Amino acid sequence: MTNTAILAENIGKQYRIGVQSNSYRTLRDSLVDIAQWPIRILRDGMARPVERIWALENVSFEVKKGEVLGVIGRNGAGKSTLLKILSRVTEPTTGYAEIHGRVGSLLEVGTGFHPELTGRENIALNGAILGMRRKDIDRKFDEIVDFSGVEKFIDTPVKRYSSGMYLRLAFAVAAHLEPEILVVDEVLAVGDAEFQRKCLGKMSAVASEGRTVLFVSHNMSAILRLTQEAIVLDKGQMLLRAPSAQAVDYYLTSGFAQTGEHVWQPDEVPATAKPFRPIALRVCNQNGKVVDTARSTEPTLLEFEYQLEQEIIGLRVGIYILTTQGELIFTSFDTDDQAEYDRYATRPAGKFISRCEIPADLLNEGRYILGVNASSFRVKRYFQDEYALAFTVDPTGAPGMQWQEPRLGPIRPRLKWQIEEYS
Amino acid sequence: MTDNATQTTQEEIIYLRPSRGWSALNLRDLWRYRELTYFLTWRDIKVRYKQTVLGAGWAIIQPLVNMVVLSIIFGNFANMPTDGIPRPLFTYSALLPWGLFAKALSDSGRSMLSNRSMITKVYFPRLIIPLASVLGGLMDFAIQFVILLGMMLYYQYYPTTAVLTLPLFILLALVTALGVGLWLSALNVLYRDIGYILPFLTQLWLFLTPVGYSISVVPEQWRFLYSLNPMVGVVEGFRWALLGTGNAPGPMIFASAGISVFLLISGMYYFRRMERNFADMV
Repeated sequence: MTNTAILAENIGKQYRIGVQSNSYRTLRDSLVDIAQWPIRILRDGMARPVERIWALENVSFEVKKGEVLGVIGRNGAGKSTLLKILSRVTEPTTGYAEIHGRVGSLLEVGTGFHPELTGRENIALNGAILGMRRKDIDRKFDEIVDFSGVEKFIDTPVKRYSSGMYLRLAFAVAAHLEPEILVVDEVLAVGDAEFQRKCLGKMSAVASEGRTVLFVSHNMSAILRLTQEAIVLDKGQMLLRAPSAQAVDYYLTSGFAQTGEHVWQPDEVPATAKPFRPIALRVCNQNGKVVDTARSTEPTLLEFEYQLEQEIIGLRVGIYILTTQGELIFTSFDTDDQAEYDRYATRPAGKFISRCEIPADLLNEGRYILGVNASSFRVKRYFQDEYALAFTVDPTGAPGMQWQEPRLGPIRPRLKWQIEEYS
Repeated sequence: MTDNATQTTQEEIIYLRPSRGWSALNLRDLWRYRELTYFLTWRDIKVRYKQTVLGAGWAIIQPLVNMVVLSIIFGNFANMPTDGIPRPLFTYSALLPWGLFAKALSDSGRSMLSNRSMITKVYFPRLIIPLASVLGGLMDFAIQFVILLGMMLYYQYYPTTAVLTLPLFILLALVTALGVGLWLSALNVLYRDIGYILPFLTQLWLFLTPVGYSISVVPEQWRFLYSLNPMVGVVEGFRWALLGTGNAPGPMIFASAGISVFLLISGMYYFRRMERNFADMV
């Protein structure tokens, strides 16, 4: 008996391009294809004129029993594909993998939940879908209901549940799954702060029980808290495997997490915005590099680039920062300062960049929405995009990180504390 | 504790690698997931009549309405013979297995698409999905069967020992439906056209099965070809087992059973072959 839980060797997965958007064919397409086949052979030879992409290429790694391995990478890096292969939802195109033990995969909470069935019925159904045995479901039923906190509605169809109740019940079932190997995808990305805390708590409990866990997340602090080691994926390739702190640092600083930019195409701008024309909005680190993830311990630059087709009197260009729940944290305008206000009483035609700095130790960890606005006070609002861009704040090094708990509230200032002893 | 000990000594290893061509049926895995089959069947039954006013009453009404319609078409207009059985009883006794078959066929044919969210998120032997859809029809069948018993009582038909063979005909209907359903459900993942073809297929099949008429109207020289349709054997067998009409099923029943089994096995292999792409294509 070996000490290996998961062994992956040169795992690769190829998808046909366009499979996502047009995933099925009609019989007619195939008949047309067959009819054209001889022509194609004559024209293109035997090569199939289908474009393919590798969602995952040559990924090899090993997970020992009891190890908790994190998987990080930006959208489209192949994280979900990797989990789908390991949880046997889909087959690899190349390579080979070995899995020692029963796998429980949580690629989504509430898989197979049926809206017409009651909470009680869905627990049974969802448990069976996730691979629990009936006697285990019966045995843990009370525990699951208790954990979910929906006792009162357990005999109500789940379609009448609030989305929060639905999530809590779904997660409660999943949390009571007891596989030897647990494969988890971004489950924590949904739900409110309370729910996320509960999920994270349960995940730490599972991890500390010596279960093998493979954990995918965008949430770097969750990765740091829960995993010892992590692998970094980018464009289907495995770039690095290292202790989590190192892997997270690599991921955040190597700068490939570049989605921190929104560029407006001419047709995205409403005609009413004239003469104001937005060009781009960027989130940059202190070196001016566009980043998707800002570090809370460093200043972050926000840049809004725009063009004025003719001069505007009293223009003010501003930003909003909102939480992902839509609560406004603050608003700020480029002419807040009296001197700037006087200087730009009339802004001439031309191209501009309004730039500001969010100081270090202001935003808490999490994901934030950046909005922009251009208006002349009490005259006209030229342009507004409340959800122009989303970015993540990583709390590595933030105050209070020694405690493994999420800190509530959107800001996390580094306050000067003094502890005075008196008698 | 002993439970734990046996678990650890028998560690299972799953090998993942690309598969090519035909693969083994892996019936062992299917058996391991039997509880899921049960739960999915139970879900289909449970959900079907939720939010309907009449609930399970629909299971009774559907074949009764069909019975009236078919009795009028084949009796009053076409004047087809019923071999001396009261027409309502004649039609209803055939509609019962036919309904079981038609429902199983159309449900299983669509099952892969209606369960797409599960297929893309969790592993289990995919064969369970069409299987559960086929089994889900048994509940309706049981309810309808009680009505049939009532009708037999009313018309004073009492079953003989032949009734003991009834489960075999039910099984034959299910096997046929599953066999065809497997082909169609796998094809449906590739070609959504199947969803449109299904109703026509079912209707055509109904007219090729002696539900509204007796097999005696089929010309002798066509009888052999006609009987290759497994549902002919099922419907005729049903009438024979319950009402004691017609001849006991002869060698033809073995031919049609052979065809159903062939459909089932080939369907399973085809399904298995296509299975590996389901999550990517559905």
